[in-house]
Amino acid sequence: MTYIRPQFRHPNLPANELGFTRRDYEGALSTLCAGCGHDSVSAAIIEACFELAIEPHRVAKISGIGCSSKTPTYFLGNSHGFNSVHGRMPSVATGANLANREMIYVGVSGDGDTASIGLGQFAHATRRNLNMVYIVENNGCYGLTKGQDSATADVGSASKKGDPNPYEAIDLCALALQLGATYVARSFSGDKAQLVPLIKGALAHSGFAFIDVISPCVTFNDTPQSTKGYEFVRDHMEATGKMDFVPVRKEITADYEPGYTQEVTLHDGSVIHLYKEGADSVRDRDAALRAVREHKRRGRILTGLLYVNPDSQELHHILGTVKTALRDFGEADLCPGSQALANINNSFR
Amino acid sequence: MRRWRSAPSTAAPVAGWYPITPSTSVVEEFEKYCGRLRIDPGSGQKKFAIAQAEDELAAIGIAIGACWMGARAFTATSGPGLSLMSEFLGLAYFAEVPVVLFDIQRAGPSTGMPTRTQQSDVLAAAYASHGDTKHVLLFPATPKECFDMGALSFDLADRLQTPVIVLSDLDLGMNDNLSEPLHWDDSRQYDRGKVLSATQLDELSGRFGRYLDVDGDGICYRTYPGTHPAKGSFFTRGTSRDEYAVYTEDGDAYQRNMERLLGKWETAKSLVPAPEFHPARKATSDGVLFFGTSTASTLEALDLLRDEHIHLDGLRICAFPFSDAVLEFIDAHDRIFVIEQNRDGQLRKLLIGECEINPRKLQALTYYAGMPITARYIRDAIRSGVGGGQVVPLRRQTAGVKP
Repeated sequence: MTYIRPQFRHPNLPANELGFTRRDYEGALSTLCAGCGHDSVSAAIIEACFELAIEPHRVAKISGIGCSSKTPTYFLGNSHGFNSVHGRMPSVATGANLANREMIYVGVSGDGDTASIGLGQFAHATRRNLNMVYIVENNGCYGLTKGQDSATADVGSASKKGDPNPYEAIDLCALALQLGATYVARSFSGDKAQLVPLIKGALAHSGFAFIDVISPCVTFNDTPQSTKGYEFVRDHMEATGKMDFVPVRKEITADYEPGYTQEVTLHDGSVIHLYKEGADSVRDRDAALRAVREHKRRGRILTGLLYVNPDSQELHHILGTVKTALRDFGEADLCPGSQALANINNSFR
Repeated sequence: MRRWRSAPSTAAPVAGWYPITPSTSVVEEFEKYCGRLRIDPGSGQKKFAIAQAEDELAAIGIAIGACWMGARAFTATSGPGLSLMSEFLGLAYFAEVPVVLFDIQRAGPSTGMPTRTQQSDVLAAAYASHGDTKHVLLFPATPKECFDMGALSFDLADRLQTPVIVLSDLDLGMNDNLSEPLHWDDSRQYDRGKVLSATQLDELSGRFGRYLDVDGDGICYRTYPGTHPAKGSFFTRGTSRDEYAVYTEDGDAYQRNMERLLGKWETAKSLVPAPEFHPARKATSDGVLFFGTSTASTLEALDLLRDEHIHLDGLRICAFPFSDAVLEFIDAHDRIFVIEQNRDGQLRKLLIGECEINPRKLQALTYYAGMPITARYIRDAIRSGVGGGQVVPLRRQTAGVKP
């Protein structure tokens, strides 16, 4: 079987403002199971990048190990990608970002990769406020090793193996909120209308943008007893509200229906419109945490944009590095030279 | 003097690290010098980035991520950190991402004696990670060499697209040492290795193959992310792939790649520092092999032994892979003491395994109590013939006296 995508292009494919068509944002054909939620997430990433007219080569895709971590091969084929080691995507992303702040970093991970083996790296990338989009494709199980429960599986949830999970689940959004993530969202791979603007907002956000996407595993964890299956999630998800993302280049016009209750302007001037129920501000971290817990207590899954801090100071700001990419520096900038070395020599005499 | 710790500041803008004795001062001094020498005069902003990581896994992950993105980067650690970094070192070897690691060895195993010195990470560093891996090692013996080899390590890593590990130790890294003045040639250019620019990608006829051995030296051409809007992108991965960086489990493609990595290893032999020959004053069939901080004591011991009319040729090994001169030295001598500061004779084992030497020819002369090895210890050990076999003073030999 070959996984090379045919080169045929429909002559009338719509192009974005840079002249790219959706095809320019596609990758290799997916080798995941038919119906896997992860492929929908890849499609949403493609859609978001296309609509935002991001130059594909300006994106760096980084992942760990697992079904989810395979997906960067399946989107943005003209971008460099790095499929690193299990649970260590955040450190590789940190280094890459330190070396070149001018790229757009999209990290894709899974619930095993992030909530178990990579929990420490996830926590520390979060608290560094690394400027990246961090997507977890969360299916509550280990797909590549045939369906073991993961640390995000809810108590009592049962996969195809049949035994209800006895351990407390790690809620990655709650964790991200506690650890200082500056953009936190939860979505469902089956809800593209919600997911695409969430990814767009994350791409525009300056700082650590975390999206936990419940993405059912059709092969091992799509059972009636699973809380990560399509049926359960569809029946139990409850959105914070409808969201629109307005890129900075576009004027806010009457295209957007009036009546939104909150408007958040991101650092680059793009705007998030929220048609939101309730009085809590999307900028209130404590309220977001309360809402996640409250919904969980009621057996509901709260989706949508949970929290955003548009004034977030990302890692380069914290470190005080120059605005240009460090990787572009050569001898002239990096080598202090023989005179400086002579001074160092003298300082030891 | 601890001046050698400024070494990385000549080369790399990014460092990831996790504090561990006795390597902590490497990055702390780096930060100190960068704070003086790498501040943008206009904005006051830093032309460097240092990330204190959550552990050693993340520390080397940060360095590898930065190197993949096209910056030079390093990390520093000691024994327990080296163990934790093994998986990532295997990734960098297989995915061919340059990275520099300074390992300031201390007494192991486990936590061992964290404030005592040893040269006991040789094998762990040489073969760090599962699967068939080999890493380039540099063995500095003085503060000045730490500086010189520090600068060289970045050129080698970029040229060879592989991890380079500088094996220093606590004696060199934490104790006060006298040093020659450090020297830097202002005309020196970095060797960034085989990296294609956007212009070169435009001129490229045919498809870019990240793992195509175009030059036949085992080293392929890479591109930095974001270089070109339509050409040169590829997927870096720890899984097996073909010459075009496409995932494959085809056995032939896998073996071709592993063989090419061996070819690259051969290329490395010609690029690493050559061993340093210290001939005896009289012809002898006995020799000593040594490296790193065993050097000064060994040279002093050879002088002491010479006064007793015991003559041995000396060869200081400066790097792994071993160049042909190491093999020639071993071939030219009947009995060789391998002097090192660990229990198991790790350099000896590396020589036996890599050069297919008859183990009987190499006698282990080890000291591993945690203090720096002394000339007197080496002299006494050679004099009494360590591990069987007596070194015969030449004077008696020539006089026909039985030992």
